[in-house]
Amino acid sequence: MYHFLIKFIAVIKYEQIGGTVLKYIIRRLLLLLPVMLGVIFLVFFIISLTPGNVASMILGDGATDERIVELREEMGLNDPLIIQYGRYMGSLLRGDMGVSYADGRSVAGEIGQRFPNTFKLTITAIILSVLISIPIGVISATKQYSIFDNLGMILALIGISMPSFWIGLILIIAFSLNLGWFPSGGMSGVMSLILPAFTLAIASTASITRTTRSSMLEVIRQDYINTAKAKGVSKNKVITKHALRNALIPAITVIGLEFGVLLGGAVLTETVFSWPGIGRLMVQSIQRKDTPMVLGCIIVFTLSFSIVNLLIDILYAYLDPRIKENYK
Amino acid sequence: MNADVLEIKTEQLLKTKKRSQLFDVWLRLKKSKAAIAGLLLIGIFIFMAILAPVLVSYEDDALKMNVRVRLQTPGSDHWFGTDELGRDIFARIVYGTRISLFVGIISVSIALTLGGTLGAIAGYYGGKIDNIIMRFLDVLLAVPAVLLAITIVAALGASMLNLMIAVGVSNIPGFARVVRAAVLSVKDQEFIEAAKAIGAKDHTIILRHVLPNSMAPIIVFATLKVATAIMATASLSFLGLGIQPPTPEWGSMLAGGRSYIRDHMYIVLYPGMAIVLTVLSLNLIGDGLRDALDPKLK
Repeated sequence: MYHFLIKFIAVIKYEQIGGTVLKYIIRRLLLLLPVMLGVIFLVFFIISLTPGNVASMILGDGATDERIVELREEMGLNDPLIIQYGRYMGSLLRGDMGVSYADGRSVAGEIGQRFPNTFKLTITAIILSVLISIPIGVISATKQYSIFDNLGMILALIGISMPSFWIGLILIIAFSLNLGWFPSGGMSGVMSLILPAFTLAIASTASITRTTRSSMLEVIRQDYINTAKAKGVSKNKVITKHALRNALIPAITVIGLEFGVLLGGAVLTETVFSWPGIGRLMVQSIQRKDTPMVLGCIIVFTLSFSIVNLLIDILYAYLDPRIKENYK
Repeated sequence: MNADVLEIKTEQLLKTKKRSQLFDVWLRLKKSKAAIAGLLLIGIFIFMAILAPVLVSYEDDALKMNVRVRLQTPGSDHWFGTDELGRDIFARIVYGTRISLFVGIISVSIALTLGGTLGAIAGYYGGKIDNIIMRFLDVLLAVPAVLLAITIVAALGASMLNLMIAVGVSNIPGFARVVRAAVLSVKDQEFIEAAKAIGAKDHTIILRHVLPNSMAPIIVFATLKVATAIMATASLSFLGLGIQPPTPEWGSMLAGGRSYIRDHMYIVLYPGMAIVLTVLSLNLIGDGLRDALDPKLK
């Protein structure tokens, strides 16, 4: 009996400190590992399809055949792909991503230097998107088919139909070349962040608005909203306290997915605005056929995307108890 | 009654049902002004793509460089002006329509065929096979689509074929998921059991009974994905990783005109508008189809 009681208390305490959430996080982390290994292998495999002889490219035109064969051997390029992958993973775990073929600089160092810039750009863009889209989505849903709703939805649809690099060019023409309010490129203080962040934010703003609106519409038709209204809860409180919380769950998922779109968009936006982030680095490295750098960039992009989705999933589990329930 | 006759009869029954369904869908789609606007708009682009040689000359207007008329502002000679090499922007946009629609449709077909097969197999058989396929797709999904496409083109080299492969492959996981979900939703219904009972083979069941009855979400998704694929095509070409100059493509036209935006903004204005309008029209149709095919969602 005594033992049973202790066990019972232990179980309760375990539950209280958020054991299920912890279990959920650990499970998700464990699931992430094989996916990351798979992703790196996939990218490694795709990059290995690159035609052309790396060794002769590094050595330049004057290289003798002997020297090329030697260098290929030195670099381990003659080994089977899986061995090369194993070797790459080994160094990757030590934080070593190899050296650039173009100038011999450390790939990890170069990416480490540029990553904060891309981070700054994408985080500003996602914050802008959320701040603009959630209120518009909520108002559109509560005033369905009003002028505000119709106009908002038309703008959102146009928003998801515009390519980010074109928006960037148009914004440069309008606000930089004509009005002279912002610099047209480069990274120099807060002013230079505004145009690229807006450019990057437009598409995600549009799709988060659409999702917020439709999930809000679904929620406000539920019985418990009617119950709350019948109880005499004020209209604003019903919307903010009862409806929004539930409607946010799908919106948050979309925010996570949009982050991936943002990272892809960052490649284009950084190119248009000459922003010194890893997106631009990746495009430049592709043009220089600098494979280790391309590989490093894509791995960092994918890792960031996976981490954001993991954070979103955890947030999700906190917001929606039904999800935690599955992992009990 | 033997099995063949039974199957033919079921087939006929399904066909009449399908036709009336299709008609219903059209009736509902017709009510949406947005969808009709989308259909009209894409109709104009398709018309432009087909009649391109009648409207303009590929060699003389879209390709031939003519430095004497470079950077002309839009006027009666050149409706949308001329670019930095004296080529007519309108002619290049007209021929660009062909490329965008072609690449968009082919790459979505690649994604639909490969992703759809994977999704149908995963959904139909379930269990271990489903698990293996889905884990493989998780890996593909972990890379943001545009970045995956960029990586593939970077490795294979920039060409139209590689571009279609890249955009197609990056869309495989999406299609696999949609088809899998669609298959799961009809798999356990009685007519599938009936087909199994009369001894139909698995691939016959999937192709003739499961897929035709789970088309609605797939059609909507494919329409929206053609829009994304056109956008991806323009993006990659803008980065110099897609269609190569001098071939007229909207994205590479924007890349070429970039240096001249200070004084000649029309160089980037019109090709961009072409992208926006095409993608918008497909999004309008996709949204309209979704509402028409699944009235519950409205």
